[in-house]
Amino acid sequence: MSGRSVTLEPDRHVAPPRLLEGLRVWCTMLAICLEERLVYRGDFLLGTAMRFLPIVTQIFLWTAVFSATSRADIAGYTRDDVVAYYLLTMLTRAFSSMPGLAGGIARSIRDGSIKKFLVQPVDFIGFLLAARVAHKLVYYAVAIVPFAAVFLLCRGYFPPPPDAPTVLVFLASLVLAFLLGFFMEATLGMLGFWVLEVSSIVFGYMLVQYLLSGHMFPIDMLAGIPTGMPGVSVADLVQWLPFGYTAYFPAAVWLGKIEGQELFRALAVEVGWVVVMALACRAAWHRGTRRYGAFGG
Amino acid sequence: MSRYLAIFRTFARACLVRDMTFRANFLLECLTSLGWMSMNLAFYLLVFTFTPEIGAGSGWTKAPFFAFVGTGLIVNSIVQALFMPSAEELTEMVRTGGLDAVLVQPLDAQFLVSMHRVDFSSFANGLVGVGLVAWAVPRLEHAPGPIAWLVYPLTILCGVAILYGLVIMLAAATILMGRNQSLYDFWFYLTNFSRYPAEIYAGPWGGPLRAVCTFVIPILLVVNVPARVLARPLAGEAWWAVGTALLAACASLALSRAVFQAALARYRSASS
Repeated sequence: MSGRSVTLEPDRHVAPPRLLEGLRVWCTMLAICLEERLVYRGDFLLGTAMRFLPIVTQIFLWTAVFSATSRADIAGYTRDDVVAYYLLTMLTRAFSSMPGLAGGIARSIRDGSIKKFLVQPVDFIGFLLAARVAHKLVYYAVAIVPFAAVFLLCRGYFPPPPDAPTVLVFLASLVLAFLLGFFMEATLGMLGFWVLEVSSIVFGYMLVQYLLSGHMFPIDMLAGIPTGMPGVSVADLVQWLPFGYTAYFPAAVWLGKIEGQELFRALAVEVGWVVVMALACRAAWHRGTRRYGAFGG
Repeated sequence: MSRYLAIFRTFARACLVRDMTFRANFLLECLTSLGWMSMNLAFYLLVFTFTPEIGAGSGWTKAPFFAFVGTGLIVNSIVQALFMPSAEELTEMVRTGGLDAVLVQPLDAQFLVSMHRVDFSSFANGLVGVGLVAWAVPRLEHAPGPIAWLVYPLTILCGVAILYGLVIMLAAATILMGRNQSLYDFWFYLTNFSRYPAEIYAGPWGGPLRAVCTFVIPILLVVNVPARVLARPLAGEAWWAVGTALLAACASLALSRAVFQAALARYRSASS
């Protein structure tokens, strides 16, 4: 009987590197999340199409505002600029908005389903990121048609395209907007380790976010509102907060409202906020799981 | 009818008891609701720093416009308080089979699906709406007469009925689709059209849109008609608008009832 030695020791020479293994797990998580997103296609398609409706009222509202005023522009924005701005914020919000993320995290803490991430070799934040990338990929795959149609239809409102470096900064700002939106909402959700119900906190956050992100109007329109500090307007203050980078900043970059050194200062502020929020999210997870207790089966 | 009123009173009382059990949460809900509304008011105030009126020659200057906004808050708060919380629950009831329990009750399914939960915190916005109307009315160019004050609540009820019909049709869509998480989004986006005076929908695109939102999905009648009754003299064309709102309200209730019944006939239980 020819004996073949069997060893339980892993062969270190053929074992896949940790990085590759991690990537494979992440891709599997992405594939699962993609399938999950596509189960309720009708609901998803309806939700995607509906998001274009508010922009229609905004276009008509601002057209009516400009028709009743003798001003050629408001805070440096012509009527066409305002329309282009709203369309671009639709695009930026498609990257930065994270519907259901904070509430979902808080719910899984509350109902105990989060405990599987404590016993499985899967990083919870990594899983959430994969799920969100899947969510966005499906969303873009569906939304690209209405987005392209609307932008083509409204191309007359846009100024000539910016130069290549500005386009690159614009694309970078979109990716950063996605990461910033993700880490801000995930950190909010992690508050569920300390308070059971975060919905009111999330609602308060959404309120501030909606007002200060530039989603409602270009932040430049707040330049005339004083803060009480000499020479500092509300618009100046908002530039240093993270919210504007999730809607206003990429749109303003494309429209050429922020240029030169100011552009790079703003980009650095955005990178800074992404790093701060990623660290805050990781710290909240680390501290939260240390105080977390789950009972029952 | 009296039986249904008694049951609705019981539902409302139970919801009020529940809200008052968690008073801090109730206050927080009122505050967040008021916060959202204040943000919109801040936006309108900002807009009026740049323009004297919404639409050249439309007559929607600051006071009439805030009467419009106040009216919108009143109509929406009634719908949000009485019908939306129940309708929002429906999406999960259909997905999980919980609707079965509703269908076997010896009560009208539409009544149970749309009115079993009352959200009292939503009335907070309505109170602010009343305050806004009270602020705006003395500043109007044409003070509303006694007839206008009688017609105003009637047109508000018409607006509520139109929106109720819409809620029921969305509920029917939920039953047909099996899941409709976008129900609340759809509601928000569609009612968004009713948030501004109809005059802003002008031009080659605005005209047809205004016609569709008046005669096909009569969402523009919801706030525009009662707001006009207050802000404009009640004569001539204004009476036509009131009549159209009445007709639209009746049609909305009848059509939504038919659609809901048809959707229920196609309902397949998800439970085992």
